[in-house]
Amino acid sequence: MSVATATVQIQALTTAERKRRAIFGIVFLLFGAAILGLFALNSQSGQTTTFGLNPGFTSNAPKIPDLAFPTQPVLYALGFIALFLGGWQLARGFKSYAFVFSGVFFLFVLAFLAWAARDGSFNLVGMLQATLIRSTPIALGAFSGVIAERAAIINIAIEGMMLAAALASVMVASATGSLWLGLLGGMIVGGILGGLHGILSIQFKVDQIISGTAINILSTGTTSFIVKRFFIDPNVNDSLNNSSIFQPIHIPLLSDIPVIGPVFFSVNILPYLMFAVLIVQHVVLFYTRWGLRTIAVGEHPKAADTLGVNVFKVRYINIIMSGMIAGLGGAYFTIGRVGQFDEVMTGGRGFIGLAAMIFGKWTPLGSLGASLLFGFADSFQQKIQILIPGFPSEFLLAAPYLITMIVLAGVVGRAIAPAADGQPYEKD
Amino acid sequence: MAQNNNGKKAKPSRRFSFGGFGVPILAVVVGLLLGGLMVAVSDPVVLRSLSPNPWRVASGDTVNPDTDIDLNMALTIHANDLTVGDYVAFKRGTGFVLREVVPTIADIVDSDTQIDLERAKRRAPTLDSGNAAIVLSFGDRPLFTFQAAGRAVFKAYRALFIGSIGDPSKISAGWAEYRATGDSQSFRDAMRPISESLVTSIPYIFAGLSVALGFRAGLFNIGAEGQIFMGATLATYVGYTFTNLPAILHLPLAILAGMVGGAIWGIIPGWLKARTGAHELINTIMMNYIAFRIVSWLLRGPMQRPGAGKPVSPVIAESAYLPQFFGAPVRLHAGLVLAVLVAVFVWWLLFKTTIGFELRTVGANPNAAKYSGMNVARNIIIAMGISGGLAGLAGANEVLGLNHFLAEAFSPGYGFDSIALALLGKSHPVGVVLAALLFGTLRSGATSMQSLAQVPIDIITMIQALVIVFIAAPEIIRWIFRLRATGEEEKTVFTRGWGS
Repeated sequence: MSVATATVQIQALTTAERKRRAIFGIVFLLFGAAILGLFALNSQSGQTTTFGLNPGFTSNAPKIPDLAFPTQPVLYALGFIALFLGGWQLARGFKSYAFVFSGVFFLFVLAFLAWAARDGSFNLVGMLQATLIRSTPIALGAFSGVIAERAAIINIAIEGMMLAAALASVMVASATGSLWLGLLGGMIVGGILGGLHGILSIQFKVDQIISGTAINILSTGTTSFIVKRFFIDPNVNDSLNNSSIFQPIHIPLLSDIPVIGPVFFSVNILPYLMFAVLIVQHVVLFYTRWGLRTIAVGEHPKAADTLGVNVFKVRYINIIMSGMIAGLGGAYFTIGRVGQFDEVMTGGRGFIGLAAMIFGKWTPLGSLGASLLFGFADSFQQKIQILIPGFPSEFLLAAPYLITMIVLAGVVGRAIAPAADGQPYEKD
Repeated sequence: MAQNNNGKKAKPSRRFSFGGFGVPILAVVVGLLLGGLMVAVSDPVVLRSLSPNPWRVASGDTVNPDTDIDLNMALTIHANDLTVGDYVAFKRGTGFVLREVVPTIADIVDSDTQIDLERAKRRAPTLDSGNAAIVLSFGDRPLFTFQAAGRAVFKAYRALFIGSIGDPSKISAGWAEYRATGDSQSFRDAMRPISESLVTSIPYIFAGLSVALGFRAGLFNIGAEGQIFMGATLATYVGYTFTNLPAILHLPLAILAGMVGGAIWGIIPGWLKARTGAHELINTIMMNYIAFRIVSWLLRGPMQRPGAGKPVSPVIAESAYLPQFFGAPVRLHAGLVLAVLVAVFVWWLLFKTTIGFELRTVGANPNAAKYSGMNVARNIIIAMGISGGLAGLAGANEVLGLNHFLAEAFSPGYGFDSIALALLGKSHPVGVVLAALLFGTLRSGATSMQSLAQVPIDIITMIQALVIVFIAAPEIIRWIFRLRATGEEEKTVFTRGWGS
């Protein structure tokens, strides 16, 4: 009897799996068809595309020849690769759809760039660097989500934490003249909001999504209030909302490598910090006692409690850390990029970070991969406006949000959240 | 506090009980008090008195004329309170000059920066008449700082009251004039603030019902703002396209279009949730951003008013107007009647029909709903569709009743505000209507608070966040007011984690 039920369940699962596999296969085929139909057929045989491999800014890296290739054959090749992947997916199925989906999407984007820059040139290195820079806040948001959700606290408030930290860091940096203090200020404000989220959701057992939403609304209101009440005075704005920004740091030797050097090793401190957080988080989460306790608290708090882990303490520390990492991400928007705060300048990056965390299956490395995808979409839409003038920019601006939805829809059902995610712990 | 947490064991207390609305009412009160605190600590005069140098003198001793509004706020301090060491500003021309108060005329070293106490006091009457201002430091005179804070809060909330309810003396004078002469103009002028409050409440009722219905079905529809935009867009399109229809057809058609626009924008995340488990919270937020971009594109492209340099749509035909009841400047329109009817309908739908029962069951316990044979996925889609449609009505209402065309910034965030509103109204249609009236009053009063007391309108957003916190964590309010939990609390909001 029980065996029969189990078999039925497996059957039902595989039907759902099959359906999903077919949908992804068709999506891959559509991408392939789009590459061929939209780009390959719309280009002439004699055209050449040039991808610039040298950064537009001064760099230590030696100049290397740009990559030039005939447009049409390459487009056909890209299209057929996508079609092949789609066929394979339909017939056999890939194990990791998310990975292949990213690949096919990448092919599509590459084809689009090759087509858009036909008979012209396009600076690939510039775009890759923009990708890394724009991924930074998203990845930090995702890391912030990972550390909170591994301890079973849904942190929807990353957006609000980033926004408040963006304002705090620029104010501290402008007032003290020290960017490092600004960074610290942003992290502290993020940590305070994390602590607030902790008090509400751990102490008062408020629904975590409502508590997070309240924090988001609170920081939107407070930051706009401060901007309108104080920064309206140009003198105040000058002294409190006008800092310098972190300058690129060229790492010796590494920044001399062509392509990779300018992309990864000639950026300002925040992407480096992002990678540092990534490594530390990965190691701490999976290889230390603290990390294992965190995971235990996220999966089965009662069992962890029985074994002597202080569930509340773990959750408090993790949510405060989560706030501090989000604060780092918020600092990027002001002292990492423009040195000035604008109302609601984070523009949903915190939420996109959450989507990246889900896409990355609650792991730091996966989150980074997903963030790079979103960052790519973000920098892509910027470059398109230069490549194809007249294309309605509004659609391109909407692209990152649309991609977030598609990714969530494709991945979330399969990704397994920490088992106790979102549930307040009640000690009997 | 510990004993309050065990709400189930505590006996219900009648003391300080406002029925089920005790916590919401007290939450609003505490929210307003904390908002007042925010106004006080952010007041320029208060801040200046707290700073080491009470005056921020721009150059030399001439006070920046840009700040004379701040100076005037500090006027009411009594001249007799002046002592040596204070700073006094006197109006000279368009600016101010600053004088330090010294004991006697003999102590004056530099007459351009100093004044003796006697003369400063003698010129005191002018201090009260708008010619000069004093800001004293907190260290010297703590009372001054508290007075300034009190004045700032009083001024802000007075502006809020006048801006939302109206000036009582003007209202009675206007009424007397109407009775005497039959001319209602000045009465209408005096009634404008309260009418504006009601007008602002209308979209709040629709949007609040939208979010509340979502909560009842266990869905967190944070996308009301985007749904409002799409509803307004479709209603506008119908409004200016079908110009030869009679009003009896055109107006319902435009309202319906608004509903459809919002419903589509709600069904998409609903469908994604039902089919793939993607959390509606993130998807509705993303849909908001997409809606803003679409409207921004439409108003610069296909829907731009011909010949207009600005991103605005054409004006809709008069046959699609929601009729206004009174003459200008009172803008109260038929949308209010529609909103109340819709609230009654939502109440009926939720509590008196099978659809409503299923929605609430799915919201309270999807597993139970599933095992009793309900189609959870279909109910999620239906709930998001209705929720979106209600928000779409809010958008249609703004276009058809007030603006009569679509512009980019037509909604000051009704959709976002409605989250707090629905929580405040305990996701019940009656509660939502009452909360919407409150929010409409606050929002329309806050506009005048911004212009009269220089308190940014965002203070309302901050108060809302506090209200959400207090509603969601009633223990905080109970702890502050030493309330006991009133028996079993009905849980009105259910949200879910990722992908369930």
